[in-house]
Amino acid sequence: MTTHTQTQGSHEKPMWDPYVAGFFLGLVLLGTFLVVGRGLGASGALARFTARITDVFAPTWVSSNGAFGGYFAKGARWWDDWLVFEVIGVVLGGLAAGLTSGRFGLQVERGPRVTPRQRLFFAFLGGAIVGFGARLAQGCTSGQALTGGATLALGSWAFMFAVFGGAYGIAYFVRRLWT
Amino acid sequence: MMPFKPETWIAYTFAILSGFAFGFVLERAGFGSSKKLAAQFYLRDMTVLKVMFTAIVTAMLGLVVLRSVGLVDMEKIYVNPTFLGPQVAGGLIFGAGFAIGGYCPGTSVVAAATGKIDALAFLGGAMAGILGFAGAYGKIARFATSGGGKRQFLMDWLHLSYGTVAILVTLLALGMFAGAEWIERKMRGSPEEDPSETHSAAPTPAE
Repeated sequence: MTTHTQTQGSHEKPMWDPYVAGFFLGLVLLGTFLVVGRGLGASGALARFTARITDVFAPTWVSSNGAFGGYFAKGARWWDDWLVFEVIGVVLGGLAAGLTSGRFGLQVERGPRVTPRQRLFFAFLGGAIVGFGARLAQGCTSGQALTGGATLALGSWAFMFAVFGGAYGIAYFVRRLWT
Repeated sequence: MMPFKPETWIAYTFAILSGFAFGFVLERAGFGSSKKLAAQFYLRDMTVLKVMFTAIVTAMLGLVVLRSVGLVDMEKIYVNPTFLGPQVAGGLIFGAGFAIGGYCPGTSVVAAATGKIDALAFLGGAMAGILGFAGAYGKIARFATSGGGKRQFLMDWLHLSYGTVAILVTLLALGMFAGAEWIERKMRGSPEEDPSETHSAAPTPAE
């Protein structure tokens, strides 16, 4: 099914077929399993960046915090983690793909019925909810659903179905944002 | 025997390279767009489901095959520990935020890298939410760490072998792909020609 109908300017390269993209994504994931014995992720690195920024303002609070403290424990370095380097790669890869596909451009992407200001507010709100949920679940769609899913981890599969459940459960109530 | 587990600087270099590939594929899948991601939840575009389950099945089958021929030691591969309560609660919260914000963390990084300002707002929010979790941690730590945190698999829950579960997951994915194609045809409303159900690598002229 390659007939995409979403916004595509004449200068944009077509997106990959979803199954092809998924296959390559699976190969990347398999590669990280085989080389380093770990998968992909995103929210774990965001947590470390958040802790690092908070550390500028409230170092004692951060080092005594149950969720953040470990990143700054004796002998530990906040950036010393596979995911931190992986996410730097994600930024570069996303940028390279955007520049070469013609889909790079400053914009506030939004549904047809919301203003840019409303979109930014709801993006921030949704992000905050996602950030909280990801820490509670100890991972996100990348680190839990995708990575844990491929290793057949029980909790990761529970997380994945819960994500779809939460999203489909609220979608009707926030339909004005997207439709 | 894999995983190789190279020394730290090689692993981190490989992390940047595999992150690059990850971000590149996400963009090419169209996941730098919140509208496309959110459309999954209105059944208008099932790309999220298709990409995700194709990736899971690909990596899963790779591990199963390599394990069966003795090339990979699963014991040395990190498996997310299972905390059922917090993972289900966190997943429900996460899903709600996904539908409101239009991104998940990884896709928001890709979207921000391609110039989406709403993705920067989402990332700012995500960091605020992570900070909020840390702030509330004293009160919720008991729940957040409940559930054992053991290395548990679908195999343990279903009392089936690794290979059998892999086959079942593959069949589940194929069933969902068929459902996804059906839904997309239905939602487009038109009895379109759609001559091929084959999924060739490059966009063919027919499309």
